[in-house]
Amino acid sequence: MNACEQPTVDGTASSPLFLTLGDSALCVQFGEMIDPVANRRVIALAQNLLDRPIDGVLETVPTYRSLLVTYDPTQVRGALLEGLLSERITTLGAQEDVSRHWRVPVVYGGKVGMDLEALAAEKEMTPDALVELHSSAEYRVYMIGFAPGFAYLGGLPEALHTPRLPKPRHLIPAGAVGIGGQQGSINSVAGPSGWRYVGWTPWRTFDPASANPVLFAAGDRLRFVPVSAERGNEIAAAIGAGELSPQPEGAQ
Amino acid sequence: MTLEILSAGPVLTVQDHGRRGLKHLGVPAAGAMDRPSMDLANALCSNPPTAAALEFAAVGGQFRAGRDLCFAVTGGDCEIRIDDRVVPVGQSHKVEAGEIIKIGALGNAIWGYIAISGGIEVPEVLGSRATHLRFGLGGLEGRALRAGDVLPLGAEKEKPICLRPRTPATRLTPIAADRPIRLVLGPQDDYFAPDVIALLENAPFRVTSQRDRMGTVLDGPALAAVRGHDIVSDGIVPGAIQVAASGQPMILMADAQTTGGYPKIATVITADLPRLAQFPTGSEVHFEIISRDDAENIQIKDKERQEEILNALVPATGALLTSEFLLSCNLVGDVAHPEAVMGRDHEAPSKSRK
Repeated sequence: MNACEQPTVDGTASSPLFLTLGDSALCVQFGEMIDPVANRRVIALAQNLLDRPIDGVLETVPTYRSLLVTYDPTQVRGALLEGLLSERITTLGAQEDVSRHWRVPVVYGGKVGMDLEALAAEKEMTPDALVELHSSAEYRVYMIGFAPGFAYLGGLPEALHTPRLPKPRHLIPAGAVGIGGQQGSINSVAGPSGWRYVGWTPWRTFDPASANPVLFAAGDRLRFVPVSAERGNEIAAAIGAGELSPQPEGAQ
Repeated sequence: MTLEILSAGPVLTVQDHGRRGLKHLGVPAAGAMDRPSMDLANALCSNPPTAAALEFAAVGGQFRAGRDLCFAVTGGDCEIRIDDRVVPVGQSHKVEAGEIIKIGALGNAIWGYIAISGGIEVPEVLGSRATHLRFGLGGLEGRALRAGDVLPLGAEKEKPICLRPRTPATRLTPIAADRPIRLVLGPQDDYFAPDVIALLENAPFRVTSQRDRMGTVLDGPALAAVRGHDIVSDGIVPGAIQVAASGQPMILMADAQTTGGYPKIATVITADLPRLAQFPTGSEVHFEIISRDDAENIQIKDKERQEEILNALVPATGALLTSEFLLSCNLVGDVAHPEAVMGRDHEAPSKSRK
């Protein structure tokens, strides 16, 4: 764990905001930006609610900087729940950082990485330089969301920050490696997306038939390793044949 | 112990109450677009509310009963036949093994529900039988059903009798497309200037044909976000109204993803989301902004009201007058077979030929 990512003194800087999502959900927002400290508080609150459930709370969804909490208003009212959550938050410790490290093979460019060249041109760099920049960073899995097993990645170099498309594309394949705003991603299933795509990984990050259907977890760290299309296809074939299953690097 | 699909409407899927507890892994709930209507269909078949049923868009299909069973169709008006006999929507009917159920077009709704006594017992995937089409989860191979599919049925818990709501109805809540859809502002209403919030409340919107189980796109004035249309992705729920850079609002529905990166100006209340799902394409939509407290009160009362209807089902007098049915209602002894008096079908063939 980097010293600079240690949470500072808790409680004084910011009390969270409560946002309303209709009659059965609310959102506890610990910050506006992608921030590892806010993300740790999110994960800590989610864990707290797992350890000591509040009657009427149905589910939580940890995201970058906020925790979605769904509830049954016949059991607990939103206003009351905000009070209960506020009390919990004042006593929260920082989540212990038990991250796994992954080296994820990526085939850059090509049909799936359709935006590589245009994006490089937009950023006034060569496609090779973009690949170099993208694969040199260490990313943190801040959350799993949008689709089953879809990993949202913090740590995207600022030079690669790119807004999403105004209208999503209809079909992006599983494994596509993308950029949306200040975030990175690995698509886990095929589907529509407004993100820009620079490559694909042969790894499967979601497999509903598996005992452990989702590969990554919030808090994991990963790096992208450029591989040739040929190597990518070999890895995909080995995974498909059940000869290979992605593993994190040695336990930290 | 099966139901065979002889023909299928365009979007016929297995649904139930959806997946719970996996949103943190990005697994959306799925489940019925109009859950109260599915609950009614299940209750009419004496199924538990957790049973899986069939959901269809616009047109049902034809089905062959693999065993004696009881079925009900809800959601909207619809022509239903058992072989050539016309039977009414909004109540359950007995069918003998080998008979064919024909479910036609919905007259005034988008989503219809077909419950079968014993429920559809396809294997659970991640804790639910609900089909999520985009992610290929649940149902039969995670896809819409088609001719030739054979669905396993569960065992009937009790011998079902034919039922209908005390006040005959095809659904628990009227669609009432002329009445406003109620919203609670947030979570990102502060991304929009007050005049845009006023537009949301005062301008008419229109249901476009860009709609599926995941979302419904509305036409209307563009809702520009002063703080921009990209947010750091956060959690979302069905009913959330997200606004991408086009300014067109999209209302997220049953198959909605768990998180998203567009600002969400408001959330449709739980009681009104099934109504909106049933609005015909091209309908005008008016929104009314209410407080969270009011929305919760509405939800609490609505749930009570629905349970009252479901707990007060009565025997359906229009159902087939088989001796078994009459015996189950304690109306007759074993004096005479009613078929001998009425014929097997009290809805005469001349009626169904209209």
